[in-house]
Amino acid sequence: MQLTEQRVWEALAEIPDPEIPVISVVDLGVVKDVAVKGLRVRIEFTPTFMGCPALETMRSQMEERIRELGAEAQVEVVMDDSWSTDRITPEGREKLREAGFAPPAPRAAGAPTLVQLQSKAFRCPYCGSTETRLDNIFGPTPCRSVRYCESCRQPFEQFKTI
Amino acid sequence: MNERANLLLELADDELILGWRDSEWTGIAPFLEEDVAFSSIAQNEIGHARALYELAARDLGTDADSLAFDRAPEDYRCTPLVELRRLEWARTIARHWLYETADAIRLEALKASGDPEVAGLAAKMDREEIYHRMHAEMWVERLLATDEGRGRLEEAVHELWPYALGVLDDGLRPGFEAIVRERLPFELPDVEPVPRGRHEVELEGLLEEMTMVRRSAPAGAQW
Repeated sequence: MQLTEQRVWEALAEIPDPEIPVISVVDLGVVKDVAVKGLRVRIEFTPTFMGCPALETMRSQMEERIRELGAEAQVEVVMDDSWSTDRITPEGREKLREAGFAPPAPRAAGAPTLVQLQSKAFRCPYCGSTETRLDNIFGPTPCRSVRYCESCRQPFEQFKTI
Repeated sequence: MNERANLLLELADDELILGWRDSEWTGIAPFLEEDVAFSSIAQNEIGHARALYELAARDLGTDADSLAFDRAPEDYRCTPLVELRRLEWARTIARHWLYETADAIRLEALKASGDPEVAGLAAKMDREEIYHRMHAEMWVERLLATDEGRGRLEEAVHELWPYALGVLDDGLRPGFEAIVRERLPFELPDVEPVPRGRHEVELEGLLEEMTMVRRSAPAGAQW
């Protein structure tokens, strides 16, 4: 069977994020482009947070998954401005929320501000209330902040919008 | 060395050394939230340094680790502000705010660079740096809200001021100075900047510690 780009996308969609395994690398939006030429697969990989240790794992898992398809992967890391949290797919956002991570707010209105973070615009992933407050801009990994829900009295992790 | 590699090394060295200094709060910050915050900021800064070194390494025909760890102390190009070891909270916040304020101006200029690789990397870094700036600003606000906090911040900023003026070049410095004077409610003197290229004594201790594993296992350490 001939290897198609569609088949490569499907295979990559089976690779979980190493730190948040409920979503795949495709859900996360880090696969920018796939090109297939015979048995060579070129993947453009646009990393999330630059100091994230999961990036190396994602990269080697992509290479391995392509090898399993009998092809050879060339993963090109694109260190430009192409990844933002707006690249996380709607399905990915829903999976995050179900797992207790509040998905990032859309970036549409421009860069995030402190006033925004301190506002009540963020929804608790457990009870859905917006009575939440910022506890710490930083969290257990570079991509998350910590918020507290005044309504169900539960701290939760909020994806940063970048 | 070409101009681009030189610029990338200045930036990378700033981020690496400051990232290392920030990481010194891991485990001992005044409270847990700040322990997490400075550890996370350190991780970001070192991530930025890595990407910058990788780009510079391509121009220079070497690799990122060699640039980060194998140079002689006098060959580092970081601004002396990031070399200072000041495990005292007001000074940590003062340095954090002064550096992030200067860095924002520098990133804005680099985002407009005609070199697409430099501009792209600067824009990517800036997405993360926004959170560092918010954190620094939140703390300045908090310190300025009480007499004791304000007094301590003022003393710390005065001590660091000549260093802060040395982060940016002559072209960008006036913009930085204007923002700082506008934001802080106390007078700052006109002083000479501490120039890049000069090094503080404590850089040596930092490099000694940072490169220890690499020197002990020249063939490459495995974890």
